[in-house]
Amino acid sequence: MRKHMKPRFYLTLVVALVLCLAMLAGCGDKGAKKTDSTESAAPAEKETEKADDKQAEKSDDAAPIKLGGIGPISGPAAVYGIAVKNGASIAVDEINALGGMQFELKFEDDEHDAEKSVNAYNSLKDWGMQILVGTVTTGPCLDVAAESYNDRIFTLTPSASSPEVIKGKDNVYQMCFSDLNQGIASAQYIEEKKLATKVAIIYNNADAYSTGIYEKFISEAEVRDLEVVSTTTFTDDTANDFSVQLTEAQNAGADLVFLPIYYQPSSLILAQAKEMGYEPTFFGVDGMDGILTLENFDTKLAEGVMLLTPFVADATDDLTVAFVEKYDELYGEVPNQFAADGYDSVYAIYEALKDSDVTAETSASDLCDLLIGIFSGDDFEFNGLTGDNMTWSETGEVAKSPKGMIIENGVYVGMD
Amino acid sequence: MTFLSYLISGISLGSIYAIIALGYTMVYGIAKMLNFAHGDVIMVGGYMSFIAMINFGWPPLLSVLFAILVCTVLGILIEQLAYKPLRSAPPLAVLITAIGVSYFLQNAALLIFSANPKSYSSIIPFDSLRLFNGQLIISGTTIVTIIACIVIIWTLNTIVNKTKIGKAMRAVSEDKEAAQLMGISVNKTISVTFAIGSALAAVAGVLLCSAYPILMPTTGAMPGIKAFTAAVFGGIGSIPGAFLGGILLGIIEILGKAYVSTQLSDAIVFAVLIIILLVKPTGLLGKKTLVKV
Amino acid sequence: MRGLRLRSNIDNLLTYGLVIVAYIVMRLLIAGGNISSALQGQLVPITAYIVMAVSLNLTVGVLGELSLGHAGFMSVGAFSGVITATLLTDTIPTTWLRLALAMLVGSLIAAIFGFLIGIPVLRLQGDYLAIVTLAFGEIIKNVMNTIYLGYDKNGIRISMESANALKLDEGGKVILNGPMGAIGITKLSSFNAGFVLILITLFIVLNLINSKSGRAIKAVRDDKIAAESVGISVWRYRMMAFVTSATLAGAAGALYALNYTTVVARKFDFNTSILILVFVVLGGMGNIRGSIIAATVLTVLPEVLRAFNEVRMLVYAIILILVMLVRNNVTLRQLFQKIGIKRRNSLANNKEGDDA
Repeated sequence: MRKHMKPRFYLTLVVALVLCLAMLAGCGDKGAKKTDSTESAAPAEKETEKADDKQAEKSDDAAPIKLGGIGPISGPAAVYGIAVKNGASIAVDEINALGGMQFELKFEDDEHDAEKSVNAYNSLKDWGMQILVGTVTTGPCLDVAAESYNDRIFTLTPSASSPEVIKGKDNVYQMCFSDLNQGIASAQYIEEKKLATKVAIIYNNADAYSTGIYEKFISEAEVRDLEVVSTTTFTDDTANDFSVQLTEAQNAGADLVFLPIYYQPSSLILAQAKEMGYEPTFFGVDGMDGILTLENFDTKLAEGVMLLTPFVADATDDLTVAFVEKYDELYGEVPNQFAADGYDSVYAIYEALKDSDVTAETSASDLCDLLIGIFSGDDFEFNGLTGDNMTWSETGEVAKSPKGMIIENGVYVGMD
Repeated sequence: MTFLSYLISGISLGSIYAIIALGYTMVYGIAKMLNFAHGDVIMVGGYMSFIAMINFGWPPLLSVLFAILVCTVLGILIEQLAYKPLRSAPPLAVLITAIGVSYFLQNAALLIFSANPKSYSSIIPFDSLRLFNGQLIISGTTIVTIIACIVIIWTLNTIVNKTKIGKAMRAVSEDKEAAQLMGISVNKTISVTFAIGSALAAVAGVLLCSAYPILMPTTGAMPGIKAFTAAVFGGIGSIPGAFLGGILLGIIEILGKAYVSTQLSDAIVFAVLIIILLVKPTGLLGKKTLVKV
Repeated sequence: MRGLRLRSNIDNLLTYGLVIVAYIVMRLLIAGGNISSALQGQLVPITAYIVMAVSLNLTVGVLGELSLGHAGFMSVGAFSGVITATLLTDTIPTTWLRLALAMLVGSLIAAIFGFLIGIPVLRLQGDYLAIVTLAFGEIIKNVMNTIYLGYDKNGIRISMESANALKLDEGGKVILNGPMGAIGITKLSSFNAGFVLILITLFIVLNLINSKSGRAIKAVRDDKIAAESVGISVWRYRMMAFVTSATLAGAAGALYALNYTTVVARKFDFNTSILILVFVVLGGMGNIRGSIIAATVLTVLPEVLRAFNEVRMLVYAIILILVMLVRNNVTLRQLFQKIGIKRRNSLANNKEGDDA
């Protein structure tokens, strides 16, 4: 018995030692951080100067402007944060390769949690962040936006779509549609195109995004005399079996099922509906994008699904094609709308700043005022992956029109 | 008819809970620990069979065997590295270690398989069964899941009650020291239990992903907690209890959604659990432990 | 006996001393501007987690019952605290007073929940008790996700459908917005408030442990039947520990929630309950000082690990497993001591001694 134990014990020991080293490294870093912050008693400015000097020695280009990014890199929502991070990194690399204005992106994990998000924000502030690209998800974004409002750091969220995110904060702008917009546009679209007489809705009642769109949709549907015959919900904890929700919709005679949810549960709903032999029109919003590129997904299931989305990965314009190619090359995956939002956010900031004389030494609050002026100005228009001629209102909301898409033979086809 | 189809959905979901709950209950019965990493072994099982099927192009049955093999090895490895050194430690210390292992598996999966979800292809090639002029539809996956669950329960019961290793398991479960004195290798028995539990997790992973074909690093987390609930519900440590608890939990979840509220379905499940435990404080089939003065 | 009491008195003084010294050091750092934003931003959550850990230790360590739903009480306290603070915005302009009232209401509501939940929970034993606390935690999370609550000049309105269904007048305000949780909270919490709450918690918990009731609770933990036979009311003392624990968790919840602009029900899920349990187990069962240190270290650790980028949480998991192994495996512990990494683990060893 003892003999057998020994090698196992040593194996454990080796693992333990490796990990202890990791731990030491972690603690060492803590120490480093501390001294770092001690030096820069007067916060951001000194630190930027320091970084500035370092950078100046390295390259002839101007010192980079520090972009902070925040989103979930771990945990159940990691798919969104990682996509934004990847998309934004591509944009930063492209911009830096152009020469001229340089960006440096540091992206921190928030696990889709407000507390962690504020922590991430603070650690980015210690790093000397000048502009914030984030946060990715709505809930944490509300907290971080409140902080950045107090600190006067310009904030462009790629994908936090709740109208609450920008409400009352002049420094916070959205790259994505607001939930408001999507809910209303969907109801409008369904009614105007006479897609259905009876509508069923399945939404995630534990998710702010989904509930937000649902609420706007339902109030717009009332105005437009769209008959909603069945409303059912699920939560992240019960997002596997949809037989009840689908049966209710079917029994109520719904000929269109509105799915203001993400594509993962949507893929389950489509599969289970097919098994039940229930074949209504499924109508999604931008969260539905990604369903065709879901690895190993049987796209036949999504035949005839309609959705309003600003971005589709198989669009044929040059910009999208180049982006999708590069993304695949670097990360081995097809980008979703979050990646596109991240990419666009960085480019929008670049477009806004490229003719100005800002440098790495410009303070965050000066940058903030400048960017607010440009973004809310009348003559600022941005063309990106997620839309053409985007403009922003003073409230921070983006104006772009969602494209109606229908899936035919496994590809998106424009509906207009 | 609608009721019947809800009931079948419930039994199908419940069968998966039951298979997962078996893993919890066996490990608890023999090693007296709550293995919170069990749900994540399910996820690993899902990924392994996915990779075998899609990336290696292996036939479904071989892929399942591959998943079982990997999970069994993983289960033994976890047991040897993380739990065995704590054999004499208080149970809560082991519980926390298990949670650490669970975090580890989830985050490792995130790095290895990426956060992007994958759409699982069902391993079950049968078409749906249509009864009563198509009013009642039972999918092939449902049928196979329920059958697999019954076969597994029957096999396990036979192993535990009829074989030598089963006898050893029961002895270790009754009294570790006495079993040791009778010449039973406690460590070996516990390892075998973990191996069986992890193999079951692999099967559960395949069935879970076949029924609800989306695969993510967090796929196993929630079914894991639900199945743990099911195991306690039925009386933790009892194999028929895990079966009963799992099936009932699945049925309550679906019927609660159907007839009470989709919003509050989790609250309903847990409320029923509390009520049942108040009536039967050691679960449905749990042993009543006598407290000696 | 007297010797024992003296020892525990010194021990308690040490605990108070540790908290006070830590507070003064932090204050000095802040006054000198020598603190990173990252650390400063974490001060309030750290204090809230310390209170959570200490209060859970009362249930798990002192009473000896495993609770997997402690975050549920935090949730109740958080939401009732936020509602109180929002409703009192105009009536009581003094920030600290409003915060104190919010924490008070939060703890009272949590106490009521603690009592109501305690009635069924404390009839059960062991893992069955644990699963019922888990169940209550999940129920609270699920229900809070569906509650919409707002107020206007006609009073408070509640709905389980949507914010529109509240039909608020103009000028009305939605406080709880279903899955979005409470939004637009005015931040009231401060490090000072957190510090005071820790002191109050320590005062309550340490006094309870060392009082006659505390000895009765421990007697119930060690041998229920023997305790009953000498006339100790098992139900009463178990309930006393359970409700005290819930009350303090409620106050911590209010403190935590009022430190942020938003708070969502999802935050107080099974994982948070487990996290707090990890603090307690790592700090040592029944060891209050251990809970304080473990809560602090484990809250700061993920932030320190940010340098690891993508593998951050993986490293966190590995450290957690290793610490548990080193702390609980005799062979490994001796080995580490021999190598001389004593200091690093002194935290763990200290506690081991205190356990006895």
